[in-house]
Amino acid sequence: MVPIEHVIGLSSILFVIGMIGAATRRNLIVVLMSIELMLNAVNLAFIGFNRLWPGTAEAPALDGQIFVLMVITVAAAEVAVGLGIIISMIRNRDSVNLEEVSLLRW
Amino acid sequence: MEVSAILFYIFAVMAVVSALGMVLNVRNTVAASLSLVVTMIALAAIYVLLEAYLIAVIQIMVYAGAIVVLFLFVIMLLNLREDDFAPGRQWLVKFGAGLLGVFVLIQLLKLVGPGLPEVPVVPEGYGGYRQLGILLYTDYVLLVEMASLLLLSAIVGALILAKRNID
Amino acid sequence: MPIEEICKTLFIILVIVAGLAPIITWIERKQSALMQDRIGANRADIGGITVLGLLHPMADVLKLMTKEDVVPQGANRMMHMLAPLIAALPAIIAFGVIPWGGTYSFGDTTIKMVAADPDWGLLYIFAIGSIATYGAIMAGWASNNNWSLLGGLRASAQMISYEVTLGLSVVGIFMVFETLKLTDMVMAQDTTLRVFGFIEVFGGTVPAFLDWVRLPAWGIFYQPLGFVMFLTAMMAENKRPPFDAPEGESELIAGYFLEYSGMRFGLFYMSEFIEVIVIAGVVSTIFLGGWAIPFLDQATIIGGIGSFMGEGFATGLCVILHFMTFMLKLIVMIWLQMLLRWTLPRFRYDQVMNLCWKGLLPLSIANILITGAVMLLVRG
Repeated sequence: MVPIEHVIGLSSILFVIGMIGAATRRNLIVVLMSIELMLNAVNLAFIGFNRLWPGTAEAPALDGQIFVLMVITVAAAEVAVGLGIIISMIRNRDSVNLEEVSLLRW
Repeated sequence: MEVSAILFYIFAVMAVVSALGMVLNVRNTVAASLSLVVTMIALAAIYVLLEAYLIAVIQIMVYAGAIVVLFLFVIMLLNLREDDFAPGRQWLVKFGAGLLGVFVLIQLLKLVGPGLPEVPVVPEGYGGYRQLGILLYTDYVLLVEMASLLLLSAIVGALILAKRNID
Repeated sequence: MPIEEICKTLFIILVIVAGLAPIITWIERKQSALMQDRIGANRADIGGITVLGLLHPMADVLKLMTKEDVVPQGANRMMHMLAPLIAALPAIIAFGVIPWGGTYSFGDTTIKMVAADPDWGLLYIFAIGSIATYGAIMAGWASNNNWSLLGGLRASAQMISYEVTLGLSVVGIFMVFETLKLTDMVMAQDTTLRVFGFIEVFGGTVPAFLDWVRLPAWGIFYQPLGFVMFLTAMMAENKRPPFDAPEGESELIAGYFLEYSGMRFGLFYMSEFIEVIVIAGVVSTIFLGGWAIPFLDQATIIGGIGSFMGEGFATGLCVILHFMTFMLKLIVMIWLQMLLRWTLPRFRYDQVMNLCWKGLLPLSIANILITGAVMLLVRG
């Protein structure tokens, strides 16, 4: 089994890749997918740390994995609503370009 | 080097390469989402190696099997055009690439550097559905209820947002 | 790599995929012919000897391999090439967790007749079923064709809808057997259950003359509604007729298969039949007792035969008997699916979706509630 530091390193690499995607792309769907990638990286970090402190047989410590379940649930809900927003945007403006949604920009 | 360590590195490289394939792919959005699926499956394999079995299966069933399919539906139904990196943000891409290089360098240095602490042995039943089920329904039952309410509100919200005319 | 795993993997690939799937094409043709009062395909011959049409699968494979492989103009070549693989692979790897026999000990070595036995075996099959959606989507998109796209989207919407019902209809079985490990589940079905045992719940005692009325402890007797729902959901998930609105052989020309020819179409076609075997295998394992012979559990067989033939020989005979039983149950389930295919007309797409969300989903939740209530009553 690899040391947990490598798992956390992989998680940070994936997080940075997701951050690049969310900050630089103009297509709203790719931004949403990059956010999903960031959430996945965080899940990996949770599970890695949980593996480092697994508790004992009488008192198992599975809190990290429960948190990951909740993160997956929240991600599913967020994707559903986010895609609904994208569909309304397409109906109103016929494009998913982020730079066109700038009515509230000062 | 034992087999699980070699497998971990293979899946880690697969995850990073397909994540880069998703973010840097400007021409084809469908190919970008399929790269995301590959990333998620690689992550699920890493979860199995970390002995979080139920989470691995849930990751494939929910993330790779439903969420990205939803993305693909929207992309295919709306027939989205290609796009480009935002013009004023090229510096951010270079900065991000630099940051990424620093992280990868740290990881490689860890591989050849002095030894890292060992990982403890897991107790029996760790990461299995029994323990997680017991925890979910005794200590964290409120979380389960809140998650179900959240999903209900997401369903209603998505329905209303995507409906053509609200009567 | 240990030799045992290699043997089991080779067995799955050679016997099941390359051996059983062509035979099923023959079964389909002959069974549909019998049901429709005609003879079926029987012309393929080698030197004038037709073997009841058993050479037709070989003729099919030869024909598909020698056809020209057309990739439509403007299609994404990489995705067009990958889609049949992604449709076929989940069907094949789902066999990894299906137990073909129990656990046998020859002297001091124990062999388990299953390729992989994780603790969460049943969930693995559902996870692999989720991946199969991508084959349909990619095939529909990569063909650069409106009708393929519509067929692919219909197919994936149907598949992800029925995944929910698939999972929920097995929760009843999970509650009864208290395990997700497929070998343990079949082992728990290796006994008998007393039909009149429920009298004890109400405080009475079972009279001796009723005590011998027993049924094999199969999943179908514990969860009959679960069996019907699971079979329906699994057939709809694999786009098996009567749920083959996405393939729509008379509506959408051929759905998402449209632009495929040659061996790529052969791969799609073969994956359909491999999924028939997967459905049969999973239903037999969970509901029909897998390799268990009714009323004769493993200890009885080995003890009975072993008393006059020797222990090792008895165990070997037991292995063969269990394997034959499992194959028999597989063939019965395959026959049942063929029967359903050629009897029921195709459902319209909105009927398919209504059946899932308005019919099967509430029924499966009701099944869970009733099973929970009964279990609380019986098991205390």
